[in-house]
Amino acid sequence: MTDATSTDAGIDPVLAAKPENRVWKKLRAHRSAMLGGALVVFFLLVALAAPLLPIPDPAATDWGAVRKPPSAAHWLGTDEIGRDILSRMIWGAQASLLAGVISVAIAVLLGVPLGLVAGFFGGWTDAVISRCTEALLAAPFLILAIALAAFLGPSLTNAMIAIGISATPIFIRLTRGQVINIKSEDYVESARAIGLPTPRILSRYILPNVLPPILVQATLTIATAIIAEAALSFLGLGQQPPAPSWGSMLNTAKNFLNQAPWMALWPGISIFLVVLGFNLLGDGLRDALDPREH
Amino acid sequence: MIPFLVRRVLIAVPTIILISIFVFALQKLLPGDPLLVLAGEERDPEVLEFLREKYRLNDPIPVQYLAWVGNALQGDLGISLRSNQPVTELMAEKLPVTIQLAVMSILFALMIGIPAGILSAVKKGTITDYVANIVALSGLSIPNFWLGIMLILLVSVKWQLLPASGYVPLSEDFWQSIRTMLMPAFVLGTGLAATLMRHTRSSMLGVLSADYVRTARAKGLSERTVILKHSFRNALTPIVTITALLFGELIAGAVLTEQIFTIPGFGKLVVDAVFNRDYAVVQGIVLVTAVGFIFMNLIADMMYFVLNPRLREQ
Repeated sequence: MTDATSTDAGIDPVLAAKPENRVWKKLRAHRSAMLGGALVVFFLLVALAAPLLPIPDPAATDWGAVRKPPSAAHWLGTDEIGRDILSRMIWGAQASLLAGVISVAIAVLLGVPLGLVAGFFGGWTDAVISRCTEALLAAPFLILAIALAAFLGPSLTNAMIAIGISATPIFIRLTRGQVINIKSEDYVESARAIGLPTPRILSRYILPNVLPPILVQATLTIATAIIAEAALSFLGLGQQPPAPSWGSMLNTAKNFLNQAPWMALWPGISIFLVVLGFNLLGDGLRDALDPREH
Repeated sequence: MIPFLVRRVLIAVPTIILISIFVFALQKLLPGDPLLVLAGEERDPEVLEFLREKYRLNDPIPVQYLAWVGNALQGDLGISLRSNQPVTELMAEKLPVTIQLAVMSILFALMIGIPAGILSAVKKGTITDYVANIVALSGLSIPNFWLGIMLILLVSVKWQLLPASGYVPLSEDFWQSIRTMLMPAFVLGTGLAATLMRHTRSSMLGVLSADYVRTARAKGLSERTVILKHSFRNALTPIVTITALLFGELIAGAVLTEQIFTIPGFGKLVVDAVFNRDYAVVQGIVLVTAVGFIFMNLIADMMYFVLNPRLREQ
């Protein structure tokens, strides 16, 4: 494989440009993808920097400053028991991003291998995996996550597991479809013909070629997962008080709309922006990775 | 058409069986002995034994499953621990509420999503298309429970135009009922409209570049006829399918919307059940929505046949 590429390099430098570079170049030129990327990076930095920033303890209550509107002391105001909203927003970013990334990691780690196996081996293995996937897909994503979170017990970890399991069938189905397309390609046939063992064919020839659409789907699913985590926390099935989460902040805020409308503003805007960021980035990645659009 | 549909229904059977196994297995995930709650403080061994017999917990798991499915097939999904009502009865009570919400939301979604999709496809690459896409993507990214809270803040608290919560049955006061449901339906509808707009756009783009559309233009038909009669009609098939498949999103969205606007529907039922540890109700709702979704899939497939004469002839 490496030999082939280096020979090409002498003939046509454009074709020989590393595919990663080509994708990166297209992505750089994609304005909305860059905007999405910037939003994602911003929230990632905020989440990572949370312990380092000079902000008050997100759980510290101050009965002298209950439901105070934004001021110099509390930039985004305080909540119903006098906690600093900005500080809770920043720590909440951690919960949101962690939930988004970890639940999608669970879905990818479960879904991709199952999809590879189903698509590559076909027959009974495929039938069993596919029927299970369909059954899981039949239950609406959030209903399934709510049911799982309810039966597992409410906590951020269980919410992540519930969202991860609910998102798994998407990845099984996507991987399976890709593998079925790819496995009859000449290079896979020849790998088989020279007698490579199946695990090697799967990992060396098939997996790298199914990864691009999975990367796109994973990015878009992080967006869905962040909304799902916020929804579960909003319903009281995710992050438990007093730990901050944007979803549970909205749940409390809903009870003080008359007295403290600012409480409802920031968590919603943050969820919106971070989800928009992942959606824009995912759409941009899809365009950049699409081989038809060279 | 008939053999295809029969095959389609037959494929749905194993899926439904699997779903029922998943839903049944949910209760086995519960930590601890659920009966300890029922048996009260004293945990009298005799009472426990009686309850075990009553709920067949002494039987092997496959037997328990078969008994559960057998009952479910006869419309018996168990008794709600909370209200002591049969689960099916509870669901039947809440269903009309959620159906009203769902129908009104879908109407909103169709009224916003389809024209926006057509417009953005026809004006592809212009500022209109760009704005429509940004709005749609924002619609997909806004958590609808937050949108609901913001609307309550503006429309109900500030302007006092519409009620912030509650439910009035259609039979009681038609207009008041519609009025109360307007805001929740809009909130739920916008997310669906975004999905619908994106699908309408891509479907229309596919059709607009077809030869027969060029022919229609070439023979001098008005742009209006070309777009509505020649293009949109042909782009309609995938749009109808998507609308049927939005069912899942609709039910999930209803859970949150009903929570915010305190509407006593299906979604509120499942959330309340979760907090009351009323597991029979949770199981019943997951089972019914999943089977409902499979049913909507079947309808979507049938629509394909109805709308596409070429498939019918095969």
